[in-house]
Amino acid sequence: MRRIIFFVAAAVALAVLILWNMWSGSHSMTGREIWQVLTGQVTEGAGYQILWNVRLPRICAAFFLGGALAVSGFLLQTFFGNPIAGPYVLGISSGAKLVVALTMIFFLGKGIHLKSYGLMAAAFVGSLMAMGFVLLVSLRVQKASLLIVCGIMIGYVCSAVTDLLVTFADDSNIVNLHNWSMGSFSGMQWANVGFMAWMVILTCVITFLLSKPMGAYQLGEAYARNVGVNVKALRIAMILLSSLLSACVTAFAGPISFVGIAVPHLVKLCTKTAKPLILIPGCFLGGAVVTLFCDGIARCAFAPTEVSISSVTAVFLAPVVIVMMLRKKEAKS
Amino acid sequence: MEIKNGLKTEQLSVGYEKKVLLSGVELEVRGGSVLTLIGPNGSGKSTILKTLTRQLESLGGRILFLEKDGSAQTDAGKETWRSMEEMTGAEIAKKLAMVMTQRPAAELMTCREMVATGRYPYVGMLGILGKEDWQKVDEAMHIMNAEEVADQSFYAISDGQRQRVMLARALCQEPKVLVLDEPTSYLDLRHKLDILESIRRLAKEKGIAVITSLHELDLAMKVSDWIACVDGDRVARQGTPEEIFSGDYVQKLYGVDPECFNPMTGALYLKAGKAQPKIFVIGGGGVGIPTYYKLLREGIPFAAGILFENDLEMDAARACASQVVSAEAFTPIDAKALERARKLIDECETVICPLKTFGPLNEANKALKEYAKNCGKLENVVE
Repeated sequence: MRRIIFFVAAAVALAVLILWNMWSGSHSMTGREIWQVLTGQVTEGAGYQILWNVRLPRICAAFFLGGALAVSGFLLQTFFGNPIAGPYVLGISSGAKLVVALTMIFFLGKGIHLKSYGLMAAAFVGSLMAMGFVLLVSLRVQKASLLIVCGIMIGYVCSAVTDLLVTFADDSNIVNLHNWSMGSFSGMQWANVGFMAWMVILTCVITFLLSKPMGAYQLGEAYARNVGVNVKALRIAMILLSSLLSACVTAFAGPISFVGIAVPHLVKLCTKTAKPLILIPGCFLGGAVVTLFCDGIARCAFAPTEVSISSVTAVFLAPVVIVMMLRKKEAKS
Repeated sequence: MEIKNGLKTEQLSVGYEKKVLLSGVELEVRGGSVLTLIGPNGSGKSTILKTLTRQLESLGGRILFLEKDGSAQTDAGKETWRSMEEMTGAEIAKKLAMVMTQRPAAELMTCREMVATGRYPYVGMLGILGKEDWQKVDEAMHIMNAEEVADQSFYAISDGQRQRVMLARALCQEPKVLVLDEPTSYLDLRHKLDILESIRRLAKEKGIAVITSLHELDLAMKVSDWIACVDGDRVARQGTPEEIFSGDYVQKLYGVDPECFNPMTGALYLKAGKAQPKIFVIGGGGVGIPTYYKLLREGIPFAAGILFENDLEMDAARACASQVVSAEAFTPIDAKALERARKLIDECETVICPLKTFGPLNEANKALKEYAKNCGKLENVVE
């Protein structure tokens, strides 16, 4: 019952947020205008351009990438059995940033300006490399808390190297990197949205199909193996899926903090369960809602100036994480 | 009851990270009976159990499940065993369940949901339990008397209740073989008895083959049909509890003084140094035991006597006293023993006599008390 209420409420919130994101912004639109664009009655003019080519792709991106972030966070938290695991914490975003900086400087040195696809590919490679490194460490270190510490350290090292590169790179175009590294959904195009939608949907469906073995894995490796789970294969699958999801997000929107950590906790709190069967769709929905909300604020709070999405997510979600941790400690003692 | 279940190992080597700890392990257990591993801490009991449950890789040898016990006409008395290596994880899951010392993580889980995780090998792709599965969950909880905690959080219940829930979980996995690593650790008296009684019941009524490890030797003796002693590099000895617990083998296994443990009663004794006695205690029938322990705690060496060989307090006296004067059971105490006791009293500073009454066979002790009184050494016992 509680769970049904949660899903209904999340769906309603999602609808409201989508409408709000379509309606609000520096160019305000009337409900009628929105309706006409959506139904295809109007196919030109400023209103059409803004809604169809700017706001809608951005809404779709926030929806898919927000969901992807939360599911990725849930996967990592399950994998490590640790509530503070998340793509940002494990150094995945920083790894992506480093590779983006490297490629940018390399190509700028040759006088080539990288298109957005190039950036995305670089971010993708960087995320997978950072994740691969964390995985490598995880083969040697069994303790999850140590692994998290390793991830954080990897993140710091990557950031330090990036800063160093930026300091000594002379081209002023490096400002692009700075913009990207703030994390933002602005400038999304339909082509990008199509690619990310396929990617995210496919990955999330596979994740959902793994909810049974993941549920057993939550009890602990020994019990999972005892009921017949191929633990090794499951671990690889989980880490690959979460890497794909977070790489996808980092590639298209840059590093976005806190959604990955906080949303699974929020959903657990609302549904009062940790079962993957409910949490995976729950996290996807919750992540989409939270990200749409934060992106809306990032766009509108200081319009026409946009704030980086990570500043908004940090302000709203960091306290959530802290409160969760404290509550959890109380509940256990 | 038809016994179709069973598990055995053939020349099994177990250990951590390719390092063999124990080798040549040959164990066998049949449905309806309980096999218990005993041995000191770190001797490899858990290593064996973890290898059986595939938490550790087997480092050689085979683990086999009984497929046909040869009782059917067509089998012509021939047993068929199947190696675990040839079986898939899902097949093994339907044969072997476990409860380990390590508690499962159970975030936001009720006990009923925890028990339900045992149905994993039987439910479909998404892991949703059907009506029959839930029936089996409730049945298992009923058998283990865990119904009253069904809707409570798994983290909120006591260790004893948790163990019952974990056994119910293992039970609804419908195993042929049940592996339990130290199922009574951390439990109080009542829950220890409760869990062991349940284990025997599961073995007998469900025909499950149980392999367990226990630290409580007295309980191991009572609950096990077969005992295997693990000593650090091999399974040193196997047998029925009667065989294992005779003589002083078990004391040797654990590296304790033979006087410190009575394998028949399971009682443990602290041992005192054997210094020149300062006090003589006239005891018998158990009334002297508190005095022995008191003197032991205070570090005062003492002598005890005259005790019949079969006396209840003989073990305690042997462990605690520097010297014990004993006499043959069911016969009047002979003069030689009395003489020895008198000599000891001469050497001691005081005599304590917790004994109140003296029967016809026990005249010598009465005489001893008189002797001490005459020497002015008898300490008055506060009545």
